Amino acid sequence: MDVVFKKPHALTDAPLHYCPGCTHGIIHRLVAEVIDELGIEGETIGVASVGCSVMAYDYFNVDFVQAAHGRAPAVATGVKRSDPSKVVFTYQGDGDLAAIGTAETVHSAARRENITVIFVNNAIYGMTGGQMAPTTLPNMVTQTSPYGRNVEAVGYPIKVCELLSEVDGAAYLERVAVNNVANIRKAKAAIKKAFQNQLDGKGFSLVEVVSTCPTNWGLTPAKALEFVETDMLPYYPLGVYKDIYAEGGEK
Amino acid sequence: MGEKVLMKGNEAIAEAAIRAGCRHYFGYPITPQTEVAAYMSKRMPKIGGTFLQAESEIAAINMVIGVSSTGKRVMTSSSSPGISLKQEGISYLAGCDLPALVVNVERGGPGLGGIQPSQSDYWQATKAGGHGDYHNLVLAPASVQEMAALTIKGFELADKYGMVAMILADGTMGQMMEPVEIDDIEIKTVDKPWALTGTGMKREHNIVNSLYLKPDLLEIKNFERYEKYAAIERDEVMYEEYLMDDAEYCIVAFGISARVAKNAINAARAEGIKVGMLRPITLWPFPKDALLARADQCKAFISVEMSMGQMIEDVELAIKCKKPVYLCNRVGGMIPSPEEVLAKIKEVGGAN
Repeated sequence: MDVVFKKPHALTDAPLHYCPGCTHGIIHRLVAEVIDELGIEGETIGVASVGCSVMAYDYFNVDFVQAAHGRAPAVATGVKRSDPSKVVFTYQGDGDLAAIGTAETVHSAARRENITVIFVNNAIYGMTGGQMAPTTLPNMVTQTSPYGRNVEAVGYPIKVCELLSEVDGAAYLERVAVNNVANIRKAKAAIKKAFQNQLDGKGFSLVEVVSTCPTNWGLTPAKALEFVETDMLPYYPLGVYKDIYAEGGEK
Repeated sequence: MGEKVLMKGNEAIAEAAIRAGCRHYFGYPITPQTEVAAYMSKRMPKIGGTFLQAESEIAAINMVIGVSSTGKRVMTSSSSPGISLKQEGISYLAGCDLPALVVNVERGGPGLGGIQPSQSDYWQATKAGGHGDYHNLVLAPASVQEMAALTIKGFELADKYGMVAMILADGTMGQMMEPVEIDDIEIKTVDKPWALTGTGMKREHNIVNSLYLKPDLLEIKNFERYEKYAAIERDEVMYEEYLMDDAEYCIVAFGISARVAKNAINAARAEGIKVGMLRPITLWPFPKDALLARADQCKAFISVEMSMGQMIEDVELAIKCKKPVYLCNRVGGMIPSPEEVLAKIKEVGGAN
């Protein structure tokens, strides 16, 4: 019998703990497929963050270190500086990367640290039960914005790709989504490019993946995917925000 | 080197770290430890090492975690307010059983405090400054030569036990110049099968982690760690005794306070007062047994500290409160004078 579909080798057999309909599973698979296709499993070291994806170290078949909340890019800097021949990536959520870890994010980009950052933006703190995140949309209801995010009182969401596009050191920034098959294919291409950039020594590459949280959004998985299209993407437009090596000049 | 050269304490730490095989340094500017970073920034690029000025002390300690998780020797240095910022990372190093050298060239506090020498981070250093049950190995140099020697010793102990070794110095130790000799040493390497080096598709993946969601497993990890700490308390205590054979009074002091106290002891001896000193070199593990062994012989103890009295509690515990313990202290960046210590010796002698 021909095998037409199988689990990537870079994923372990550990059952994922994610909620039904959560897109972490898809993103994990895309990262693992890229690791397989580039043939880098044996040289890759991952840095897990704090949040729903904290146990990524159990799911990927590569060496892993678990970092404190927001500090993954600093830990990754240490790992990469220790052995530049290794492929180093972080896997971080929006609270981790865009709130408590803002300084580490901006400065690892500024140093053009030769690492790959997978940034999963679902506009909420999932692990702690659905609090307002730095990327929570205006008027969006969360546990700590029960009347909707009032931008007058608590400020505006942070658009990470747009922010980092002004940082000279950042080499490649792209925002993708995983809410339909076409977008998933584009997301994989972006993730692959972000890893290939590191292999080519091109420096700091970040892929922002607009994701879902059906549990804390209070939506069915199908409705959550619709919410990405109707509410998330208008605020967080997809596309390449920076590519200093783009054909035809820097983008 | 192999010959005596005149160096600042901070520079001696940096050079000794390089001799100990440390090729990765991460720091952030703060007085009075700046010379460590300045020295590293000059030397590291020339020997294929990494000097990186991080965006914060928090980032620096997390870069240390990154390098340590790959199995290599690594260090950071700072001064009191910066060390407070590093406590989260130090707790993670403890929880991951990772080795690292952390240098604290103390200044006065709390808050922004001052930039003059202090010993008021004793509690933070010896009692787990971050969250959770853990210890650091804490080494207290009292000369520039010891700044170098204990840096090398610190790397060795950190590797041996898989934990943070902290050099607890102060602004005086960091800034003063003394002749120092740093020989080329044989680097004692430790096997680190847990290190993140990439699986090479030849082994199971290694995980460096401090998260245990199952409480029974986390309890076991804590129990195991404390078995390691018990072995350290048994095997790694370091101290120096000065004129203790016939002493009726015992001064306990470390670092620059011990240097000052030595002068006071000599002056007191000249006046016929039988006083000696026990100088802890390791503040954790604390020389409890050595102090207890002097408790019957001595009439009283004097803890000379540049804090409001932090180590004094460990002295009282060590001697099981068998004899009175007096505090002789200056704080805020002030250093006790030999005359002040002598006056205290006489005062205690008169009362006991």
